[in-house]
Amino acid sequence: MSFFKKLKEKITQQTDVVTEKFKDGLTKTRDNFSGKVNDLVARYRKVDEDFFEELEEILIQADVGFETVMDLIEELKMEVKRKNIQDPAEVQSVISEKLVEIYEGADEASTELNIQAEGLTVLLFVGVNGVGKTTTIGKLAHKFKSEGKKVVLAAGDTFRAGAIEQLEVWGERVGVDVIKQGAGSDPAAVMFDAIQAAKSRNADILICDTAGRLQNKVNLMKELEKVKRVIEREVPGAPHEVLLVLDATTGQNALIQAKTFKEATNVSGIVLTKLDGTAKGGIVLAIRNELGIPVKFVGLGEKMDDLQEFNAEQYVYGLFADLVENEELD
Amino acid sequence: MAFEGLADRLQNTMQKIRGKGKVNEADVKEMMREVRLALLEADVNFKVVKEFVKKVSDRAVGQEVLKSLTPGQQVIKVVKEELTNLMGGEESKIAVSNRPPTVIMMVGLQGAGKTTTTGKLANLLRKKYNRNPMLVAADIYRPAAIKQLETLGKQLNMPVFSLGDQVSPVEIAKQAIAKAKEDHNDYVLIDTAGRLHVDEALMGELKDIKELSNPNEIFLVVDAMTGQDAVNVAQSFNEQLGLTGVVLTKLDGDTRGGAALSIRSVTNTPIKFVGLGEKLDALESFHPERMASRILGMGDVLTLIEKAQSNIDEEKAREIEQKMKSNSFTLDDFLDSLGQVRNMGPLEDLLKMMPGANKMKGLNNLQIDEKQISHVEAIIQSMTKEEKIHPEIITSNRRKRIAKGSGTSVPEVNRLLKQFEDMKKMMKQMSGMQQKAKKKGKKKGGFNLPFNPFQ
Repeated sequence: MSFFKKLKEKITQQTDVVTEKFKDGLTKTRDNFSGKVNDLVARYRKVDEDFFEELEEILIQADVGFETVMDLIEELKMEVKRKNIQDPAEVQSVISEKLVEIYEGADEASTELNIQAEGLTVLLFVGVNGVGKTTTIGKLAHKFKSEGKKVVLAAGDTFRAGAIEQLEVWGERVGVDVIKQGAGSDPAAVMFDAIQAAKSRNADILICDTAGRLQNKVNLMKELEKVKRVIEREVPGAPHEVLLVLDATTGQNALIQAKTFKEATNVSGIVLTKLDGTAKGGIVLAIRNELGIPVKFVGLGEKMDDLQEFNAEQYVYGLFADLVENEELD
Repeated sequence: MAFEGLADRLQNTMQKIRGKGKVNEADVKEMMREVRLALLEADVNFKVVKEFVKKVSDRAVGQEVLKSLTPGQQVIKVVKEELTNLMGGEESKIAVSNRPPTVIMMVGLQGAGKTTTTGKLANLLRKKYNRNPMLVAADIYRPAAIKQLETLGKQLNMPVFSLGDQVSPVEIAKQAIAKAKEDHNDYVLIDTAGRLHVDEALMGELKDIKELSNPNEIFLVVDAMTGQDAVNVAQSFNEQLGLTGVVLTKLDGDTRGGAALSIRSVTNTPIKFVGLGEKLDALESFHPERMASRILGMGDVLTLIEKAQSNIDEEKAREIEQKMKSNSFTLDDFLDSLGQVRNMGPLEDLLKMMPGANKMKGLNNLQIDEKQISHVEAIIQSMTKEEKIHPEIITSNRRKRIAKGSGTSVPEVNRLLKQFEDMKKMMKQMSGMQQKAKKKGKKKGGFNLPFNPFQ
């Protein structure tokens, strides 16, 4: 049975709402990708350099990651040579075969958060500007709260105008405490305070917001390292998760973001936001491949409950779904 | 700096063809394959890449290029011209309404940087164009968005119009414009909420605001790190609203900036401004030609000169020049000129604008520690007047005192004094050379560029 068929079966067994949301979110890409592969296969009589060039472009459109695409095309070329394939239609099945290889192993990484059964769990959020860190924290706090956990938020973005207030509004909405200091204060000091407060209030989970920073700003990355050090010192074993928030519209730069933030803070998971637009953030596949960082959550909207646990199968299915349908027709 | 990765790849490609005495079609084809990959890797939309490659190839294999004396250079010239075209040809200006206030709407996806850019743009309008803008907080959805704009307004000391988050953005825009007329604000900058281009309800709201406020400019704010989707977003906003310009943000990151190249060619909307940092003065006009030359490693001398002009006191500069010539340059003057250079912005950025700077060994990825400059300043400030004018009187005891006073060490003080001595020697030589050159009656151009970037 082909990979996609397996996928589809797995997914149809899964329930309802989540799958619907994923499908909704990903339909737009689907139309794009597979329609183009079909069109390509139909137009070419033989498999040549131009054919591969076009295929390259189609793959790149999904922001899958430049290196990944180049590797894939290289392998495809070898495969075509080895099997002496002339007919483009035959390539199609090789394509999905190769895609499988890329995503294999993708299923294994756990999307579960490392939440301590006893004592305080500290989650640190990092990322570049405007990816949706604060919003994601609000949604996640809501999720934990509704699971009956006691949550405290740390307003560590002391730089951007209005950032502390933004987190406070989320705190009110969700009904959790926000620990803050004035704008412009040292974020590491805010974390220290927040940890003391979380301990004395017997909180289960402390979620730490930080200011957005571009990964090439050395000083700001150092500041982030310091924030993490303070957390490490105050709570043994913390932070239990360092979550990098990525905007799904981001292109190849997301890979560099992941690399640099990983170096500075040892990122343990990714939250992929704004997946309800037309961009699909295919670059997370490259990130998983090259850096081994799994996606743990996806943001699918602006409402409190628009944060879903990531499901790799559904995601891959959504990205390349129509290939499945085609295989079935064959 | 953004575009760096793209620049590196393109420059390596160019290097191969530059010196060639003969260029044939195969050479061009090979080069264009590299160019294509470089662009794709930089997130330039694949359609745009295709068109670009075709245009350049067509022109490059044309007779006038291959038969010319320096075909390699000619091909690079073609690439540069087409790259400039791709980014919009000429610098575009910001609109001015005949009947004030001029209304500008800021639109875009969530997190692109609309609110920050609104603040920066207002600052630029006042600083560069001497305008009196008003900011309008029409983002009633994101928590604390209004507060963010109000904080920016306070930092800039500029009026911010808001009616809280219970009034519709359309109403806010309407009342804001009326208020601006009353208060004689000649620019009204409407900061709208971030939204997805596929969100029909919210896009409808923007159309309503547009209809009512009749804006002179609608700027799409785009994150420079955006991938292939940038084109979809821009196209969709353009179709629904009719954009007049694009502002690219976060260009101070290390993105290869392909979005910049794609958007303009797909929507035919010029990039008007670029955001280059977190501070409120980090917004600049976009110059396609200069950016192209920067991407191809030809430096951006024009921007450097402009920065110098707007930040350096001319009279002071002349005074210093005189002093250099007469060899009466003191440590005080040195401190002065240091301060002036610092006014122009981070040294790293300045260096990046020098032609060929990113090819220089050691200069690439150089982290200049601005603190060191502060140390230098502290050392000089810890000297007595006498010492500053006659540094030769600084004995080892004095050095100790200076080191203590400035919180540095004796070796640091020594280093500075040595550098200053060397600098003076160099100045002497240079002014000597200049006089000689004048005597001979000919003066060579100052910049030794690989070729003329002003062509």
